[in-house]
Amino acid sequence: MEPSIVFCRGGGCTAKLGAGVLSHVLEKLPKGPPDENLLIGYDSRDDAAVYKLTDDLAVVQTLDFFPPMVDDPYLFGQIAAANALSDIYAMGGEVKTALNIVCFPEKMDLNILGRILQGGSEKVIEAGGILAGGHSIADDSVKYGLSVTGIVHPEKIYPNNACQPGDALILTKRLGVGIICTAGRVAQASPEAMDAAIASMTTLNKQASQICREFPVHACTDVTGFGLIGHLLEMLDGRYSARIHADRVPVFSQALEYADEFLLTAAAQRNRNHAGSAVRFENVPFAMEEVLFDPQTSGGLLIALPKESAPALEAKLQAAGLPAAIVGTITEKSQEAILITK
Amino acid sequence: MIHVNAMGDACPIPVVKTKNAIAQLGGPGSVETLVDNEIAVQNLTKMANQKGYAVRSEKLEPGKFRVVMTVGEPVEEETAAGEEACLITPEGKKKNTVVVLSASTMGTGSDELGTALMKGFVYALCQQDTLPSTVLLYNGGAALSCEGSASLEDLKSLEAQGVEILTCGTCLNYYGLTEKLRVGQVTNMYAIAEKMMQASCIVRP
Repeated sequence: MEPSIVFCRGGGCTAKLGAGVLSHVLEKLPKGPPDENLLIGYDSRDDAAVYKLTDDLAVVQTLDFFPPMVDDPYLFGQIAAANALSDIYAMGGEVKTALNIVCFPEKMDLNILGRILQGGSEKVIEAGGILAGGHSIADDSVKYGLSVTGIVHPEKIYPNNACQPGDALILTKRLGVGIICTAGRVAQASPEAMDAAIASMTTLNKQASQICREFPVHACTDVTGFGLIGHLLEMLDGRYSARIHADRVPVFSQALEYADEFLLTAAAQRNRNHAGSAVRFENVPFAMEEVLFDPQTSGGLLIALPKESAPALEAKLQAAGLPAAIVGTITEKSQEAILITK
Repeated sequence: MIHVNAMGDACPIPVVKTKNAIAQLGGPGSVETLVDNEIAVQNLTKMANQKGYAVRSEKLEPGKFRVVMTVGEPVEEETAAGEEACLITPEGKKKNTVVVLSASTMGTGSDELGTALMKGFVYALCQQDTLPSTVLLYNGGAALSCEGSASLEDLKSLEAQGVEILTCGTCLNYYGLTEKLRVGQVTNMYAIAEKMMQASCIVRP
């Protein structure tokens, strides 16, 4: 008998498995017969699956759920939902239906579950979708999220890896919510920092995605568990390199402070280990390095588009109140995949 | 040596517990931390490297690691300052030595190396038996006293021992760092000129 596949040992600061172990596991799964209508599956490590129904209609499917990262159940519901919905926006799609995914201890107060679901359903409504059902499991810890279905025109999908050399990179939210929530767990985050992080995490990427539709976007992904560097590496797909200007990356200043206090997550270190030698830092302070590896919950969109169009998109996103900024450029493949300078 | 048991603790708890233990030391000494995963070892090692503590780690058995940090021993510099904390001698004060940091790097050549050298220099400076009376920071050097600088802790240590840390206000303004100054005072060119004129010795790395 073949030995069973050994999956990753859990435990750590954030719930997501590291990119390294994940690709190791996924590589071992059997692949069924190919279907040409599956435009995006997990071979491309994209944010969501896209399946073409007709020449002008494709469905976008995604699911995302996780344990609470904030104490307030209502805010947790909002954040988990915004995070799950984000994958549809990262594909350039439109949200249609959502199903709740719930794990909840039998003995816990059901009002807490009610608050979680309330927060989640409000975000689904804000996204323009309909909550159509769900599934719940009695478990020893709380987890919540959504399975979301959206639609997109098959020719207007934003793949996560179709960037071109010369493209500019735009990030639409500040980095550092992972470090701030971690500091919060050990009661070392200020109320202001927590409020700012929560406001960012509950913000849908809907507006950013819609504004992008007016621009010739080559590639788009949302920055989540693997951090800016991890998701950028996926975008580069081993074919290109990128240069990031650390000073231009929108960050929460408190995240830098807490990183300097070494309130570091395990997930960020796993992200650092995974990226390894693909990244070279030049004159980047330690705290900023940590923020660039910081896992984001409900993070912003990372967009690659021709650099001539980038300033107009940046201006339009900023005019909509988003802390968007041009943070770097895609270059021809060079020695290191990502060069990060001051 | 203080022993910290962080077995079963998720990050950042092992680092938080270790930091508290180092604060308890109140000076040179060692802290031993037990953790149950390698990522925690790496996060502790990162902290030690950033803080300039000597650090070693070993795997005791599967799922059990020991990290030992030693505070007060220089780890990267050839300076023979030993394990004693910095001392200010009256002679040092009298000599009125002024250290001028006019760039964020030390020497000419590789910027990467220069940055590391500057960090090492400021660290070594605070280990000297005789401390300067003033450190002046201007132009590229202004960034060293600001948020994100690798030398911040060392400059704070110098300040705590009575060294005047003065950063050029015009320079902070020019580089957009005015809000990010984290140690010492802002100064102007009149004061900079005066400090340099009155110095008995000017050190420029």
